[in-house]
Amino acid sequence: MPNLGIDVLFKGKNFLRLLSGLWVAIRISLISVVISIALGLVMGMLMTSRNKILKAVFRIYLEIVRIMPQMVLLFIVYFGTTRVFGWDVSAEHSAIIVFSFWGVAEMGDLVRGALISIPKIQYESAQALGMTGLEIYLYVILPQTIRRLVPLSINLITRMIKTTSLVMMIGIVEVLKVAQQIIEANRRTSPNAAFGVFAVVFLLYFLICWPISRLSGYLEKRWL
Amino acid sequence: MDWEVIVSYLPRYKDALLLTLKIGWQGILLAFMIGVLCAVVMHLKIPVLRCITGFYIELFRNTPLLVQLFFLYFALPKIGVRISAQVCGSLGLGLLGGAYMAETFRSGLENIAPIQSESAMSLGMNRVQTFRYVILPQAVSSSVPGLLANVIFLLKETSVFSTISLMDLMFTAKDFIGMYAKTIECLILLVIFYLIMLLPVSVAGSFVERRLRHAEFGD
Repeated sequence: MPNLGIDVLFKGKNFLRLLSGLWVAIRISLISVVISIALGLVMGMLMTSRNKILKAVFRIYLEIVRIMPQMVLLFIVYFGTTRVFGWDVSAEHSAIIVFSFWGVAEMGDLVRGALISIPKIQYESAQALGMTGLEIYLYVILPQTIRRLVPLSINLITRMIKTTSLVMMIGIVEVLKVAQQIIEANRRTSPNAAFGVFAVVFLLYFLICWPISRLSGYLEKRWL
Repeated sequence: MDWEVIVSYLPRYKDALLLTLKIGWQGILLAFMIGVLCAVVMHLKIPVLRCITGFYIELFRNTPLLVQLFFLYFALPKIGVRISAQVCGSLGLGLLGGAYMAETFRSGLENIAPIQSESAMSLGMNRVQTFRYVILPQAVSSSVPGLLANVIFLLKETSVFSTISLMDLMFTAKDFIGMYAKTIECLILLVIFYLIMLLPVSVAGSFVERRLRHAEFGD
């Protein structure tokens, strides 16, 4: 049995460093998810409007998000816009911008789907009771939509966490980068460290995302 | 905007696109096969295989492709399994896609009303025949929209191949930016080439979806 290099993780603060790298990834995705949910709700309501121009704009927006890989968007924001507009965006901020841009589109589409799935009679009955447009949304439609949306937005969190592994490419030191650093630093003493460390990273991602996606699946079954 | 630069970059981008398509195509084919196999195992509830398949699906659906590729490319050689970067790319994409495809097929299989298999049984078909001639054809057609969405997702995921030193579009763009600092031109070419690759699939996807919906609801 060759040395698989898992022991490297227990030297010094290596494991803590790995976890703090994971926290960077989770922090970015949580911030983006919060922004996505907030703006996505507004987006979804606007998307149900019948305004042709608004519809066309959203269509193009959704199509861009659907087609462009997140990595390309990251490059455009981090290398492209900084060059064109001459501003200074940190890597973490550009990651949050890109993931929010992506998440708002996803969330908006989900909200739109949920809003459409609410039977028309709900709106009509609320109107018959003399509620105004805002009241109908606040007291009748939103509570029902949110129930349908919770499992789907929890699912979005796991997808965000998985996608944050890309931010390593624009120089953010997250869990994969820390793993590489640990492997490099111990190249002499433990040449097989790559196996152990990457296996642990693999497992860490699984341990974070699996419970969340199980929760989402459970809520979906219960509430839909 | 420097047009001469753009023209001189084109051949490298074209090669990168072809490489991406080649690996993507192999990966998607593999994903498709793994997906069907896993979905069948899960559907027929084969005892031990079912647990293994379930674990595989959960494992690969809940980890990023980047981490999977790093594991295949950097970690496996340490225990004596050496795979070339290209094979790693297809294999990684296939394993990731297989897990997603399996879920799509499975929901397709589950959506078929039980009366279909009951009727088939009452016509004297055995379990395999029922599955082969009645259930599978319907399941495949009802999961086509999901499958096309998966294909788009997988083609998008190919953008991480650059990390295992495959010269794909991302790699080429990054390389040129690093060498000549023509950032804008490189990024515009990158976007255009991804559009060339993905726009047809996306358009075909919405077309097929509309046709299928028509087939479902129309007479």
